[in-house]
Amino acid sequence: MAKITNEELLQKVTAQFGDKITDVVEPYGLLTFETARESIIDMLRWLKNDPQLQFIYLTDLTGIHYPEIAGKEIGVIYHLHSLVNNTRIRIKVFLTEGDINIPSATELWNGANWMERETYDFFGVNFVGHPDLRRILNVDDMTVFPMRREFPLEDPNRVDKQDYYFGR
Amino acid sequence: MSDIQIVAAPPGVEGSGFFATSLDKAIGLARSHSLWPLPFATSCCGIEFMATMGSHYDLSRFGAERLSFSPRQADLLMVMGTISKKMAPVLRQVYLQMAEPRWVMAVGACASSGGIFDTYSVLQGIDEVIPVDVYVPGCPPRPEGIIDGFINIQKLVQTESLRRRDSPEYQKLLSSYGIQ
Repeated sequence: MAKITNEELLQKVTAQFGDKITDVVEPYGLLTFETARESIIDMLRWLKNDPQLQFIYLTDLTGIHYPEIAGKEIGVIYHLHSLVNNTRIRIKVFLTEGDINIPSATELWNGANWMERETYDFFGVNFVGHPDLRRILNVDDMTVFPMRREFPLEDPNRVDKQDYYFGR
Repeated sequence: MSDIQIVAAPPGVEGSGFFATSLDKAIGLARSHSLWPLPFATSCCGIEFMATMGSHYDLSRFGAERLSFSPRQADLLMVMGTISKKMAPVLRQVYLQMAEPRWVMAVGACASSGGIFDTYSVLQGIDEVIPVDVYVPGCPPRPEGIIDGFINIQKLVQTESLRRRDSPEYQKLLSSYGIQ
């Protein structure tokens, strides 16, 4: 059982950041909100260092692609865990296609290093200030970001699945 | 009498006190029964290969007693499992380190064609990077399938000419993969 409720948590975050927080939702009891890239690092630092909240653990950092939402195509999502309070929080930052830059969280957590490399590898998010932003899982000479929707999931070199072989 | 069978002599001319055959056949016979496989096992086909090497199926009956974990001493590269695109240069380097004559067996759907992994990160068959002699179907193939593939490799070894590796056809095949 969490030692701090989502209402208290939201109250504290709102008191600190006010209108920098938008789109507050609670799917499956997980407090989720959006913010802008200008305030994300300050917010993460405050959540980590606040003596009561102590969100010291960056559980996950990943990306998402919504090509149909103009102006908010690429999302970067942070999952934080407060081990002391046994509670979690999720923060989303949406970026515009063509300006996919966001400050790196590596200054707060060294563990963000590989997560940001992975997010760069699959979504092409440029983490400004990352010490070593290069591909981590895919081959170095890959020219695309495979988790973006415009990229076909199936390998284009494959020839044995063509309709011709199945009489279609 | 022991019931151990030994391999039959190759076709040749036999008379009292002599037996004559061609060098190709004699060397092919010897090579085919002392193939040293290099297992390149990356997933479940490798588990089937372990069963194949185990006492129940016992690949060493076919002369493959000695697995070579150094590519430089291996004759047969057995690729068993999914090869990702990041693994492809490694596989290719292993192949390049093998000395001629060398044979390659693609075991299972993934090594042969990418299998179910039709995706951006998986090599769609190892024949995109190295030439393959025998493909073994299955997902994964049973040990009997792997042994059948091995016997097919043995047939290739027995029947191919000693000069085949110098032939323009073979050189052309290698150069199509950018090897030498």
